[in-house]
Amino acid sequence: MIKRVLFRNRLLPYLLILPEVLIVFVFFYWPSAKALFWSLTLEPPFGGPAKWVGLDNFRELFGSAEYYESAGITLVFAFWTTAISMGLALLLAIFVDRVIRGLVVYRTVLMWPYAVAAPAAAVAFQFIFQPGVGFFAFLNDIWPGIWDPNIVGADAMLMVIIAASWKSITYNFIFFLAGLQAIPRTFVEAAALDGAGPVRRFVTIVFPLLSPTFFFLLVINVTDSFTEGFGIINVMTQGGPGGATNILVYKIYQDGFIGLDLSGSSAQSVVLMALVILLTFVQFKWIERRIHYAE
Amino acid sequence: MIERTPILNAVTHTILGVGLIVMCFPLVIAFVAATLPYEAVIDVPMTLVPGSELLENAARAWERGDFATQGVNSVVMTLGILFGKIACASLTAFAICYFNFRFRMLAFWLIFITLMLPLEVRIVPTYEVAANALLPLQQLLEVLWLTDLVAWLAGIEVALEWNLLDTYWGLTLPLFASATATFLFRQFFLTIPEELAEAAKMDGAGPLRFFFQILLPLSKTNIAALSVIMFVFGWNQYLWPLLITTEPDMRTLVMGLENLIPSEDELPEWNVAMAGTLMVMLPPIVVVLVLQRWFVRGLLGGEK
Repeated sequence: MIKRVLFRNRLLPYLLILPEVLIVFVFFYWPSAKALFWSLTLEPPFGGPAKWVGLDNFRELFGSAEYYESAGITLVFAFWTTAISMGLALLLAIFVDRVIRGLVVYRTVLMWPYAVAAPAAAVAFQFIFQPGVGFFAFLNDIWPGIWDPNIVGADAMLMVIIAASWKSITYNFIFFLAGLQAIPRTFVEAAALDGAGPVRRFVTIVFPLLSPTFFFLLVINVTDSFTEGFGIINVMTQGGPGGATNILVYKIYQDGFIGLDLSGSSAQSVVLMALVILLTFVQFKWIERRIHYAE
Repeated sequence: MIERTPILNAVTHTILGVGLIVMCFPLVIAFVAATLPYEAVIDVPMTLVPGSELLENAARAWERGDFATQGVNSVVMTLGILFGKIACASLTAFAICYFNFRFRMLAFWLIFITLMLPLEVRIVPTYEVAANALLPLQQLLEVLWLTDLVAWLAGIEVALEWNLLDTYWGLTLPLFASATATFLFRQFFLTIPEELAEAAKMDGAGPLRFFFQILLPLSKTNIAALSVIMFVFGWNQYLWPLLITTEPDMRTLVMGLENLIPSEDELPEWNVAMAGTLMVMLPPIVVVLVLQRWFVRGLLGGEK
């Protein structure tokens, strides 16, 4: 798409796009290409030129039990975070959409968590979930040792899932509410006249019309939980205890940045990049469909 | 409301009430803890009645976390990212909408595709570039043997270096590029009536004059919406500052928060930690609540 009325200048357009294109090249494409290159080579530990090893790094990666474990943990984390935050957000949006009195209050209060930095939320949740102090410590007073996310992997997982879900509810809520409010009232009213109750109206009319939003959010949420879990995990558990919350993104950071294993970490980066790209394509497909749908 | 459903209405308000409590719960707990003295905060179960030591705890968190230095860094980083993104995105979108040039669509797609390359998946190589932002140029020159040529001709060894680690440029510059913002500006420019550009041209205005005196003033609403989102985005940056800063002087508030978490062998002064957390959370929350209308607009318009 382009305007009908155009300006004519040989050099200016290139100068205008230069800053952004340069930044994108230096900080996005170059590092991504570098990751691809590193994933296919081995850096000798004492310097010297990198050695081409083909797909060896990937073979090693897919042969390591630790990697599958981390992938499994990522799936659990992504699944529950997405399910909880989308489920609750949809529920809240449906009810807020019904409300006439107090709409502004509800909407405002449900909106602010978007602004909270993930690490800040993580610090607050960490206090709440401490075994010895804070809010959930009373559990240990009643049944000693029942709750300790510093030692028990499942507790730690539960804790980060709750924190991450809480963090992303708002985003989903805003989109669901906008989607619900875009549904023409006449459809719902016609169904009501025909005698359909609120539940029936939701199942047969509202939800099908909302499904494009639903799928859009589904993809966004899964992608985000692959990447944005980092802040929460790094503050709350550092991947522990015993690797119980070591999601793929965190492993890339650990192996590459702390462990300095460039080749192994890059191979993981490439795999994750491929996943994110795949999901983004799926998302574009859905956005396209949605546009057709609306017309 | 379509029919009279008193029971459902009651259910609605009950569920929403519970929802509000759940969503506010972490903030309420953090707030209460931040107001308590140390002896009260380690009590189990913790009281939910606020104490009176909020200011004392905040002052200690401010001191302990070195919030004065980090606050300046956070503000510089946030505003830097905000202005950088809006400047880059509006210029690019202007070029893409109002000029027909070669590589026009290529530039658009190059920028748009970066949505698929979040920082989290390319951590280490991006760090390498940040340590020397001219590295790509240097290596390109080496591949083309231009460095050898210069060395042979002039006897100078070419070693380009621009280290961004521990600098404000490093904190902001790599985040200037924004596919979302570029896309938003493009969408908006496409809706502007053609007559405006025509009239401007007829009156003899050049492209830059048209951009600064007509297009930008018209984009005020869009810029406001985008600014709210970008403010939150900038302030809440975590991974990137974590990677490229090593000096304590260059840390930002969100990063520094971690130091306030009591470790195993310290006095568990969670009241101080929570007071610090509240202070770090506050600026973006205020921005979102005050500019709510722009915020929702920016979020929905961008769709990431």
